[in-house]
Amino acid sequence: MEDKIIKQISLFSENRSGKLASIASNLKNADVNIRAFTIAEAGDFGIVRMVVDKTDVAHSVLHDAGFTVSETNVLGIEMDDVPGSLSVIAEVLGEHNINIDYAYAFVTKSEVALLIVRVDDIKSALKVLSNSNINLIDMSDIEAI
Amino acid sequence: MIEYWNPQIERMPVDELKELQEQKLKELVHYVYQHSPFYRKKFDDAGVKPEDIKTLDDVKKLPFTYKQDLRDTYPTGMFCVPNEQLVRFHVSSGTTGKPTIVGYTKNDIDQWSLSLARALTSIGVGRGDVLQISYGYGLFTGGLGMHYGAEEAGATVLPTSAGNTEKQLELMQDLGTTVLACTPSYMLFMNEAAKQAGISIKDDTKLRVGVLGAEPWSEEMRTRIEESSGIKAYDIFGTSELSGPLFTECTYQDGIHIWADQFLVEIIDPKTGKPLPDGEQGELVITTLVKKALPLIRYKIGDLTVKTSEICKCGRTHPRIMRVLGRVDDMLIIRGINVFPGQIESVLMNIPEVGEHFMIIVDRVNELDTMKVQIEMTDAAFSDKVNDIMSLEKKVASSLKSVLNLAVKVELVENGSLPRSMGKSKKVIDNRKI
Repeated sequence: MEDKIIKQISLFSENRSGKLASIASNLKNADVNIRAFTIAEAGDFGIVRMVVDKTDVAHSVLHDAGFTVSETNVLGIEMDDVPGSLSVIAEVLGEHNINIDYAYAFVTKSEVALLIVRVDDIKSALKVLSNSNINLIDMSDIEAI
Repeated sequence: MIEYWNPQIERMPVDELKELQEQKLKELVHYVYQHSPFYRKKFDDAGVKPEDIKTLDDVKKLPFTYKQDLRDTYPTGMFCVPNEQLVRFHVSSGTTGKPTIVGYTKNDIDQWSLSLARALTSIGVGRGDVLQISYGYGLFTGGLGMHYGAEEAGATVLPTSAGNTEKQLELMQDLGTTVLACTPSYMLFMNEAAKQAGISIKDDTKLRVGVLGAEPWSEEMRTRIEESSGIKAYDIFGTSELSGPLFTECTYQDGIHIWADQFLVEIIDPKTGKPLPDGEQGELVITTLVKKALPLIRYKIGDLTVKTSEICKCGRTHPRIMRVLGRVDDMLIIRGINVFPGQIESVLMNIPEVGEHFMIIVDRVNELDTMKVQIEMTDAAFSDKVNDIMSLEKKVASSLKSVLNLAVKVELVENGSLPRSMGKSKKVIDNRKI
């Protein structure tokens, strides 16, 4: 089940103009394709979180460009792109006292939407979600999108 | 085994040392009165004659000399010898006013080298060592001063001067540098540059000692440098007006030995000018006992420190001054509270998540002083959760508050974004227009 864990790239950035452009151009030059992306901003700084097709490449180019960057274990949860899907997932996690640290979602080219979540107990989350027949994707699915 | 450059002088019984100082002081006041119109006038204005100085204690009758005196008599108005007797000039950077000029006779240079040779011997540096000097050569006293002292001590000098870090690291490896003399800022910079080049100073070089100074640095910074570079780091002290680098700690790292046969050290109350007893913090005042070209009488250096006359564990009997907290000039007054950049450094270096670089930014907003401390995000401290980062900022701010008694805004900035320095680093930006 461990292979269902997705590696998210997390990066520290000062909240200044031009910062995102620099991150993006580094990824572009390395031919890295971004699948999902979000910025959590907190005053003077922000944390950029993203899921990309080539995690190792993205990590090393951003690190070499001087960014403080790390990989975080998250889950990629498949949802039908219809009303109510998110509530099913949230309920399952909530029932088992698994807290969502943060989440962001995106819609793929097919009929499914994907929810990227970081939880406080990833092992239990994997178990309860699969017990509830909720589909999780892995890194090869991310590459194939 | 403790090594001495000159055991007879360095371990001389304290009362004999005092006798020696007394005799030299008496000679000195006659010498300056006779050879320097500047000092004659200064003495006359203060109503003191050379004959009034009969004991060592009488030094307190003498007027102080200030940096401003050197500026007022620019370039050579205080000198006691004609220019043809000089073998060298050094010129201070003059960041806070007109530069100051110090001239040296051949004997002055020899005494300077001797002082450093004793100091280097006291940290186990000498014959068989390759001493890389990354202090700037030129008008600054750091490079050339260390150069002559290191040669006198018997070390093999590698005069790289400051800058060109890649070359410095290459030579350090190829020639087997064992001792590096530079500012603490440059030591950190070298460490970073080495890491980027895939070199570990700890494992891939023979470096074992750092002789670091020319800017204030904290005990906590020492620990960090020693651990990351695998060296023993020693504090070196001097100031361009006395001669540059002159004194260091010994291997016990318990205060800087001031050679009493060459210099008379006093600690005074900055407000009243009265001498303070050992152990009390005050302003450092030094009288040069053997300099000929530009002797200084009770020169107010401006450093705040503590003196001890206790005999050191190394057996040396000369007085020691403790790590310099900072210069009176460096002191910031924020909302009426005195703050030294060194205090901030101490606090920051005690927090493992905080990197070695920081910047203090002082401003005045709506008639109120504000202080912001920028620190760099490190790989070790980074978290993908906003709360974790904010609580690190809070933790640093509350540690600073408890020491400084002042609210400080802490801002995390990107790794590598604060300026690196190859010489004396600038750690404060004061934007207040007063």
